[in-house]
Amino acid sequence: MNTNQSETLAVRLSPKKTTSTRSRPALVVDAHTVEIVSDSGEGAQKCGQSFGTIAARMGIGIWTVEIIPAEIQPPARSIEGASGNRIRLASRRVTNGGDEADLVVAFNDQVMLRRAREGELKPDCTVLLENKWKTHADPAIAAKYADAVDEMVRGGFDVREIPMEEECLKLVRDPRRGKNMYVLGMLCHIYSLDLQLAREQIAFIFKKKKRAVVDSNIELLESGYAWAGENLDLHFKVPPSEVKEPQMVINGNVAIGMGVVAAGMEVCAMYPITPATSASHYLSEVFSNVGGMVHQAEDEIAACAFAIGASYAGKCAVTITSGPGLSLKQETLGLAVMAEIPLVVVDVMRGGPSTGLPTKTEQSDLLFACFGGHGDAPKVVMATSDIEDCFYSMITARKIAETFNLVVVVLTDANLASAQQPFPRPTLDKDWHAPPFDQSPIPEGALAYDWDATTGIARRFVPGQPGGMHTLTGLAHNRKSGVAYDSSVNQEGVMHRSLKLAALQKTLSAPEVHGDEEGDLLIIGWGSTKGAIEEAIDRVRKQGLKVSSLHLKFIQPMASGIREILPRFRKVLTIENNWSDRYENELIDDDNRRYTELATLLRARFLVDVDCWSEVIGSPLKPGTVEKVILEQLETLEAQP
Amino acid sequence: MSDSISHCMLDLAEEEYTIEDYQSAVPRWCVGCGDHGVLTAVQRLCRDEKLPPEKTVFVSGIGCSSRFPHYLKTYGFHGLHGRALPIAQGVKIKRPDLHVFVIMGDGDCCSIGTAHWIHALRYNMNMTAIVLDNSIYGLTKNQASPTSPVGQISNTTPRGSFIDPLNPIDVTLGVGSASFVAQAVDWMPDLTHAIIQAAFHHRGFSFIRVLQRCPEFMGHKYDDWVQNPDRMLLLKHENGLKISDELGRIYRNQEIHDPSQRNRAREIAAVSDPIPVGILYRNEDIPCYEDHQVSDVMNTPEIVDTYLQKEFDKYTINPPGAPA
Repeated sequence: MNTNQSETLAVRLSPKKTTSTRSRPALVVDAHTVEIVSDSGEGAQKCGQSFGTIAARMGIGIWTVEIIPAEIQPPARSIEGASGNRIRLASRRVTNGGDEADLVVAFNDQVMLRRAREGELKPDCTVLLENKWKTHADPAIAAKYADAVDEMVRGGFDVREIPMEEECLKLVRDPRRGKNMYVLGMLCHIYSLDLQLAREQIAFIFKKKKRAVVDSNIELLESGYAWAGENLDLHFKVPPSEVKEPQMVINGNVAIGMGVVAAGMEVCAMYPITPATSASHYLSEVFSNVGGMVHQAEDEIAACAFAIGASYAGKCAVTITSGPGLSLKQETLGLAVMAEIPLVVVDVMRGGPSTGLPTKTEQSDLLFACFGGHGDAPKVVMATSDIEDCFYSMITARKIAETFNLVVVVLTDANLASAQQPFPRPTLDKDWHAPPFDQSPIPEGALAYDWDATTGIARRFVPGQPGGMHTLTGLAHNRKSGVAYDSSVNQEGVMHRSLKLAALQKTLSAPEVHGDEEGDLLIIGWGSTKGAIEEAIDRVRKQGLKVSSLHLKFIQPMASGIREILPRFRKVLTIENNWSDRYENELIDDDNRRYTELATLLRARFLVDVDCWSEVIGSPLKPGTVEKVILEQLETLEAQP
Repeated sequence: MSDSISHCMLDLAEEEYTIEDYQSAVPRWCVGCGDHGVLTAVQRLCRDEKLPPEKTVFVSGIGCSSRFPHYLKTYGFHGLHGRALPIAQGVKIKRPDLHVFVIMGDGDCCSIGTAHWIHALRYNMNMTAIVLDNSIYGLTKNQASPTSPVGQISNTTPRGSFIDPLNPIDVTLGVGSASFVAQAVDWMPDLTHAIIQAAFHHRGFSFIRVLQRCPEFMGHKYDDWVQNPDRMLLLKHENGLKISDELGRIYRNQEIHDPSQRNRAREIAAVSDPIPVGILYRNEDIPCYEDHQVSDVMNTPEIVDTYLQKEFDKYTINPPGAPA
């Protein structure tokens, strides 16, 4: 039973009359992108998420993107302070945040300017702007408002000045609380969303609050709905997608947390870091209900060491962090590799180096995840490509870690961390769950590192197993886990640890080409850019262009089959959110150009002249951007003999 | 699952153990190193307390002292410099059935691992931590450590160490949730054993500092104290250490110190001459981290399945036309 519905049986089902006088038939569109932006704390995010959920419950495909400022409460009405949500609606499954917005609701003129100047709005985008600033007592504010509106109008935007606060004041004393629900009502009317679903949604999000709070917010919702009907000529309908099975609507970090639970892990050790922490928030809330626990350690190093200790003495543990945290964990990861302790590490990537862009997305930790440690430290590196993949990746990662006694780094990013997308509700499988750790006696003469000659895998002895006593060490060691005083023993250990990656690699299936198996251009990507890249491929293929794409889940080791795919295209190009030098810079040439991270790996392994295109602007890759790059690339290809 | 089985198993035939049951490789420490004596005291403890070797884990950092687990026939984890404590905490959190000991050096605990030391006191997890403090970095060949005395000549302080040493006992007592604090010296092995035994029986995080001589680099540091028993201060109490008549005749400088008296403990700790030996502080009432953190629920596929279904329900939407 849907909790939304069960929670809302108490909601008033006989609403006041909300038919509009000015309303005209809805214009059917197959996709629309909406943004709601405000100062922090004004509730634009809650409004946006609710709007997305209501649309999803009607069967409309959605993808939501959080618009997050760097600070908790940046100064009010500051350009940098824009906070809110983008919701992309479509009558099909949506795989990314899309291109520019069609409609934006702005709670003040400055956050509106921010989105326009960032190029996030379509040239003819409709802006619904709170108009209370126009007549503000502070002449400086009123002047700024006038300038902003002027700039937008000159830019060609369709600015509608709306008395949101004035209307809210008719119902509540403090419109700062509740204006977001008024806006939700407006949007429900504009997009022909079911008002009753919206009422239920409000009852759900305020379920811990008093009845009066719920009622007052529903009143605001209905009032916004009615106002839009009477006063706006904007009326759209996005038909539902074909999806019929139950869908989960969560963000990537919650999906990671649920995946950890589904994988049967029991310990998550972490230290707070944006944008990773919300995964641990989710686990902190639920984990003890299934016998798990979250340890907030004193630092990133301790978090990793704690997880290693827990893995060593029991089931595989997980530590969740972001780039700077992964840097700090490197020495401890070396220990886990050397001692062959299974461990799952989640890196929710953000812009770097250093504090970089802590709330914004980037894909710059790939090579570092593969090679970041000291010494030869083979680790598995895999990347999540969408919300659903965040969930399933945790199950796969846990299984690999325990089967091969390997460290598995799961790369996800700020884009997926807070984006929401419906995906089919998983059917739980008992095989996902980690088996209980072994406590049976160890046969006499068995060795702590009895490396298999073919796969390099050795059985792990867990404390409590009689006869298995040994001292695990970060020193080079022999099969008895004794200190390796003989250098050849070191080489034996290094070889077997490396073999485990090959053993895993043999189990990986070749990635599938999106589009035809051969053509002019092959785009290769990894991680959260999958949706944007594939959408762009679909668009250009509709135009008859011979372009395909390949998306890699496993980066280290890399599946077989890629070698055969590459030569079937005239050109191979990676598109990534990490830096690559551009030839337009005077000093850059073939001898010094730094390639993107995946391109570097592909060039080294396959000896193919893989080119790359990248941007590090902190926002999710847009399909329109990819489309433009593809067209440029094809133009250059055509010019070649 | 399996850990509960091992909890429940009744040990009907009570095992007897000998020192040999806990002896592994021959220690490779220098002749005269204080580590040997502590190792023997620990092996005696294991035997006397009948600790099943498979249920006992020694976690160490890096340094001379941290080779300790290699010389015991229990489970051992020779980890990273400074990181023994968080590793041991990870071991203990889901395995309360294991006896966990942590062996660190002064560089390990009081320099590179300082953050973990302070927070281990705060967590107060049930384990015994022993700092083998010889006031010098030995394995890396003679560098000053945080506990090196002023004037100590070393490879990194060729003109003598010039900052006051850190007093680990004093610092430890400064953390409000420290629950067991003791100091031993390597030249009084019986007391070292008695202190480790008391620490083992304390429920919570027990912190023992053992003052040691490094024959290679600091061989004569404690000569004046070894030769003059009056410069030692033995702490005794009916709730603390008992001093044998034999020992009492040699070490006449004694104080009846009630380990529940925190303020007096701090006064004693602040004095480095005479050197106090004994249990400075003990408080059994400080809660252990694991008591709050370990859930009563078993992690089984069935429980996970049931719970996740409920969680999924919260976030599931049924599009029009979806089966109910």
